[in-house]
Amino acid sequence: MKQYLLSIYQPEGGVPEPEVLARVMAELVDLRQELESTGAWVFGAGLHDPSTATVLRPQGGQVLVTDGPFAEGKEFLGGFTIVRAADLDAALSWGRRYALATGLPVEVRPFQGKAED
Amino acid sequence: MADASDAATAGHAGGPAVPAVPAVSAVEIERVFREEYGRSVAVLVRLVGDIDLAEEAVQDAFEKAVERWPSVGLPPSPAGWIITTARNRAIDRQRREASRGSRQAQALLLYTQDDPVEEGPVHDDRLRLIFTCCHPALAEPAQVALTLRLLGGLSTAEIARALLVSEPTMAQRIARAKAKIRDAGIPYRLPADTDLPERLRPVLAVVYLIYNEGYLSAGFGGEPSREQLCAEAIRLGRLLVELMPDEPEALGLLALMLLIQSRRPARVTPDGALVLLADQDRSRWDRELVAQGQALVRRCLRRGRPGPYQIQAAVNAVHSDAPTAAATDWRQIVQLYDQQMALAPTPVVALHRAVAVAETDGPAAALALVEPLALDGYYLWHAVRADLLQRLDRPDEAVPAYKAALARTRNPAERDQLERKLRALSPPQAH
Repeated sequence: MKQYLLSIYQPEGGVPEPEVLARVMAELVDLRQELESTGAWVFGAGLHDPSTATVLRPQGGQVLVTDGPFAEGKEFLGGFTIVRAADLDAALSWGRRYALATGLPVEVRPFQGKAED
Repeated sequence: MADASDAATAGHAGGPAVPAVPAVSAVEIERVFREEYGRSVAVLVRLVGDIDLAEEAVQDAFEKAVERWPSVGLPPSPAGWIITTARNRAIDRQRREASRGSRQAQALLLYTQDDPVEEGPVHDDRLRLIFTCCHPALAEPAQVALTLRLLGGLSTAEIARALLVSEPTMAQRIARAKAKIRDAGIPYRLPADTDLPERLRPVLAVVYLIYNEGYLSAGFGGEPSREQLCAEAIRLGRLLVELMPDEPEALGLLALMLLIQSRRPARVTPDGALVLLADQDRSRWDRELVAQGQALVRRCLRRGRPGPYQIQAAVNAVHSDAPTAAATDWRQIVQLYDQQMALAPTPVVALHRAVAVAETDGPAAALALVEPLALDGYYLWHAVRADLLQRLDRPDEAVPAYKAALARTRNPAERDQLERKLRALSPPQAH
């Protein structure tokens, strides 16, 4: 078994209508239950807005603290899930579910090393 | 298969030549290599679960064959010999690296060296390997390179030459793709039935792209190594049909390639100039390839599940049916393009349809269809437009259109053709 990071990218600004958001959240809860019941769930969470981020940069033995985010962009990491899967195709089929549930692009990336079965 | 194992485990190469054994030439071994390389790598990848190890083992086995076969003769099953020898090499390698203690190494060691290698499921192995090479998680250039490397048995240098890329660039492209397969865990297995249509698309696209790379290189400056790509693509196309006989688009793709290839002898003059379909000497078409292609078109049309490759093949079958260019059934071709527009409307299909309309309804009707297409970057759009303007006796507009087409293609044979048309249109001015 391998572990994969499913990163969900969100466009800058624009929060969906409350009823849309409620539907998305309900689908994500279902999806998480399904992941857990099949043993594929490792961890997952949504993140606060990038404006809440703080960046630390090492500088001459000191660490400089600045207002974040690390990189400004039109899209930012909105949340992520870590799944355990036999191979990329299995991870992609979970990723596809997240993309459909959220309407957002999802990046699927393997962790180094192997996970225990 | 005992002799294969014996040969594989015998520590020494060569041995005294036995006069009764027919000599095996280097050409013969080369032929076996071309035919069996993909099959052997596919079986080995299943056995060892690692593409690099599989490739090394198969290459070692062929080196051994080059040493031994000339003196002992061709084994009864060359593929079986190569696969068994390669598997034993891989086992030896993994024994030596047993300290790694990987599960793959242990799994492989469960096979004993005397086990004959089954050739039964080999078909599935090659199909699995094609789907791995053409996985949508890989970029298309990587899919093409891996398919030529692993299934075609082409060396990195050959692929680089054929695709007009430097050898280090190609080596890096292949190495990165293999690393992604390994690190991202791209599986070595057949896609689920529900995913098949989506997964088949890149497989067919890769084979057709390989064909086109070879086809477009014909004529001036055509590298022989690039024309070899046509033969390689047709070989892969035949393999897909053999492995997926019920897939009509696989039949359609093979038919399309065979019908285009049948015109190869008439398409290029001895001095390398391209000859347009209308001007080709049809007696020089390869009748055997025409017959094979047309039989495949009939076979896939009977399935009643049309797709873009089948329709393009059918268009080409209509051309192949016509004893002269004037006898071409253009109405049927327009109908086929109508069908393709209904399935997958693209400006390029609309352009080809307009070319057929020029024959049924005249150049003015065709030009009206061509003008609105958003294909300014495509040389063929300008070339078709130029041709229609010329036929409408509007040379003042045709000349800049030919020049625009010339500015958009670097293919020497296409440029030569456009330049000839341009010269015919604007004869040198009298002094």
